[in-house]
Amino acid sequence: MDLIDLSQTAELLALPFVQTALAAGAVLALLAGLLGPLVVGRGMAFATHGISELSFAGAAGALLIAGTAFVGVGALVGGILVAVIFAVLSTRARANDTVIGVVLAFGLGMGVLFQSLYQGRTANKFSLLVGQIVGVDSGQVIALAIVGAVVAVALVALYRPLLFASLDPDMALARGVPTRALGIAFALMLGTTTALGIQIVGALLVLALLVTPAAAATAVTANPVVATVLSVVIAEVAVLGGIILSLSPGLPISPYVTTIGFVVYLVCRAIGAVRLRRSGRRETQGGTPRPEPVA
Amino acid sequence: MERGTRRLWSDLDLDVSQGEFVAILGPNGSGKTTLLTMLLGLLPPAAGEVLVDGRRPQRGSSRVGYVPQQKALDPSVPLRGRDFVGLGLDGHRFGPVFGRRRRERRDRIADALHQVGAEAWADAPVGRLSGGEQQRLRIAQALVGDPDILLCDEPLLSLDLAHQGVVIDLLDRRRREHGTAVLFVTHELNPVLPVVDRVLYLVDGRFRVGTPDEVMTSETLSELYRTSVDVVRVRGRILVVGHENVPVHHHGEQDDVVVSSFARS
Repeated sequence: MDLIDLSQTAELLALPFVQTALAAGAVLALLAGLLGPLVVGRGMAFATHGISELSFAGAAGALLIAGTAFVGVGALVGGILVAVIFAVLSTRARANDTVIGVVLAFGLGMGVLFQSLYQGRTANKFSLLVGQIVGVDSGQVIALAIVGAVVAVALVALYRPLLFASLDPDMALARGVPTRALGIAFALMLGTTTALGIQIVGALLVLALLVTPAAAATAVTANPVVATVLSVVIAEVAVLGGIILSLSPGLPISPYVTTIGFVVYLVCRAIGAVRLRRSGRRETQGGTPRPEPVA
Repeated sequence: MERGTRRLWSDLDLDVSQGEFVAILGPNGSGKTTLLTMLLGLLPPAAGEVLVDGRRPQRGSSRVGYVPQQKALDPSVPLRGRDFVGLGLDGHRFGPVFGRRRRERRDRIADALHQVGAEAWADAPVGRLSGGEQQRLRIAQALVGDPDILLCDEPLLSLDLAHQGVVIDLLDRRRREHGTAVLFVTHELNPVLPVVDRVLYLVDGRFRVGTPDEVMTSETLSELYRTSVDVVRVRGRILVVGHENVPVHHHGEQDDVVVSSFARS
C-alpha cells in the first residue's frame, strides 16, 4: 500500500464532505497558528497537552452520560475549566509543570474509563483521540468560524499587553499590565480552540497544531508579527496538505499533518542554526560592535 | 508605609529634585523595593502621599521609567531588540496602533536605542544577547517613554564590572542631559559613589537621608543598626564593617567579622 498516492485525490476533493473537512481544517489551522507563538512564548506546550487531554476526558464523559450530541459541550467544559485552573495556579506567566502532570494523568485515566463504559459505536470513541475530520458537519464549521473570528478580534485588541505579560512578566507587572487577567483571557481562547480542535483532528493532533508551527516560525524569526503570520502559514500547509495527502490512501490525517509540521520544523531549526553560526562568526571578526567597557 | 501587618517605615519625607541621583541602601526586607513599587503606582502608601512631579503616579505612566535587575530572557523569546524596547512605550496599552502613531512609535524606539547605543543589536533576538546588551535594552525600554524619574532596582546585579560602568554612565548622562531624577536601589554603593548626590539608608523602619559623606559614617550607621558599625574609607571606596549577627552585610554571610558588600568581593 502506498503512503503517498494521489490517484483518487482529484475525485475525492470534489465531494462535499471533503470540502467541509478542508474548511474546518483551514479555520482550525488559522486559530492554532495565531495562538501558537504565545503558547510557545509562555512555555505552555505541556499545559496545552494537559488541556487537550482534559478536554478529551470531558468529551468522553459527555458522550457516555448524555450521548453524541453533547460531545462538543463536554469538550468545551473540560478544556476551558482546566485551562483556567492552570492559569490561576500558574505563578506569573509560566504554568506549573507538576500540577499539569498530575491533572493530565488523572484526566487521561477518566477519559479511558468513560470510553470503556461507552456502549455506542466504536468509531465515536476513537475519533476523540485521533480525530474524525471527514465526519465534521457544516454546523461545526460555522461554530468554528465564529470562535475563530472572536479569538482573532480579541487577539488584536489584547495583543501587545498579552505579548508583554507572556514574554516578560515581571516587567509587565511593574508597568501595570494586568498579567493575571490576561493569563485567564488567554486560557479561555486556548481552551476553546483546543475543545473545538479535538472534535475535528483529535486530542493528539491539537498539540501538533498549537506548538509545532509556532516553534518552527520562532526558530527563523524574532519579529513577533512575522512569527505569527509564519506560524499561521505553516499550520495551514500542514493541515490542508495533510488532509489532501490522506484522501487517496484512506489513512487518518494525523500522520500526514504531524509529518509535514515536523519536517518544516526541522528545516526551520536548520536555517536558524546556520544564521546563528553566521552572526557568531561576524561577531568574532569584529563586524558587530560589542558594548565597549567604560570603567 | 505598611506592608501586610508590618510597618516598614513611617515619617519618611524625601524630596527628589530634577536630575538628582539618589541611592537607596539598606539590608534585605527594609522596604527598598516596596518604595519603588509605590512610586510605580502599584501600591498606595498606608498614610501620606507619593507624588511624582506634583501628581500621584499612575500604573504604567510614561513619566516613570523602571530598570529591573538583569535577568536572562529565554533564548527562544520571539522579540527583537526594538520590539522589546517598544513594550516599554505601550506594552501596557490595549488595541492596535495605526498610521501617524505607528510612525511616531517607531521614531521614539529608534531614539531610545540611539540614546543607549544599542542600534547594532536592535534587530537581533533579545534572548540571544549578552547580559550587558540586554541591560542596555532595559534602559532604552525605561527611557523610551521620556520619563521624569527613573527607578532602578539593582540594575547592576549579575553584570561584570565593564557593563556596570556602561549602565552607570548611561544613567548619569541621562540625568545630566534631560534632568531625569534617578532613584537607584542597590546593595553596593561603591560602583555608583562618583555619581550619587544623596543616599537614603533604610534599616528596620529607621532611615537617614543625606549626602554619602553625611550618611556613610560610623556614627550614623551605628545609630541606624543600633549596634557598633565601623565605616572606613579606603582608596575612595566605602567599606562597612559590622560584628557577628549584625545585618550590616547584605549578602547573608555569617562570618565573625564581615567586610560588607559595599566592597566588591
